[in-house]
Amino acid sequence: MIVRVMGEGQYEVADALGVRLNELDEQALAALERGDEAGLDAALEQMAALVRQEGTPLAADDLRVSDVVIPPTDLTLEETRKLVSEHGLIPDLPA
Amino acid sequence: MAGLLSRASMVIKARISKLLDRAEDPAVTLDYSYEKQLEMLQKVKKGIADVVTAKKRLELQTQKLEQQVVKLESQARQALAAGREDLARAALEQKALAQLQLQALDQQVTGLEDQQTKLVESEKRLSAKVEAFRSQKEVIKAQYSAAEAQVRIGEAASGIGEEMADTGLAIQRARDKTEQMQARAAAVDELIEAGTLEDFTSDKTRLDRELEAISSGSQVDEELTRMKAELEAGGEKKELEGGEKS
Repeated sequence: MIVRVMGEGQYEVADALGVRLNELDEQALAALERGDEAGLDAALEQMAALVRQEGTPLAADDLRVSDVVIPPTDLTLEETRKLVSEHGLIPDLPA
Repeated sequence: MAGLLSRASMVIKARISKLLDRAEDPAVTLDYSYEKQLEMLQKVKKGIADVVTAKKRLELQTQKLEQQVVKLESQARQALAAGREDLARAALEQKALAQLQLQALDQQVTGLEDQQTKLVESEKRLSAKVEAFRSQKEVIKAQYSAAEAQVRIGEAASGIGEEMADTGLAIQRARDKTEQMQARAAAVDELIEAGTLEDFTSDKTRLDRELEAISSGSQVDEELTRMKAELEAGGEKKELEGGEKS
């Protein structure tokens, strides 16, 4: 499966890693919901570290789409909330 | 409720499908999309240039503050030599403030450097994908039927759309940070120039004035002494008490 670490690029990881990522994802979501920025950053950073460690960087000219996207750790809680919301932090693409 | 990871990718996919919804004629879409990608690359380049400009400005302020630190230090020495410990203390206090400012500036410069590095990396990735898209679009145009082309275009456009979304966010974040810093830098500049930076510039002015007063005071003393000596040498000896030397 292909994972994007936002601001860093894409990695290809074994599907089995998905289980571990899911656990961390749940922790991240819980931290976000209780307003725990440090907890959120820690979970996101662990996910990114896991992907960097276990994955293989995808060539920059590979045009495949990622299966999941890890938000960056340098956002505030509010920014992360916006990022994953409908009209989020991510700007509209130029069209 | 979906986790953060899937939600983040859903948001990006929603952006991309919005983009693709506008697609009608595949060949036209391809060329148009490619133009937009090039525009995005220009935006990243501009973002990098803006960060560099902001950084230069902070570096200039750093230089000014460093000069102030040196000046305050010599003023403190001067004041101490003149027996004005109070002034020397004031100068050293201001020096400490300037040094605090310098530390803050250092951190800001480091922050901008991080932004710069990120944007440069983004630019590299995006430009590699744009190049890949460019060669794929020629293949798609030449080899595929309209229906199949539509699918291929969708795939290629999604891949590059994801990179554009990521880059777009990086540009926006860099811009936010640069603007914040420029506003702060402008405020510091204004304060320095207006001389109202509290217990810093205004005190420095007072310090300058007092140090001037000391040296002009001793100049007057010297002149007085000289005049007295001339009088003594020229006129007959009077009982005038000799001027005290300082």
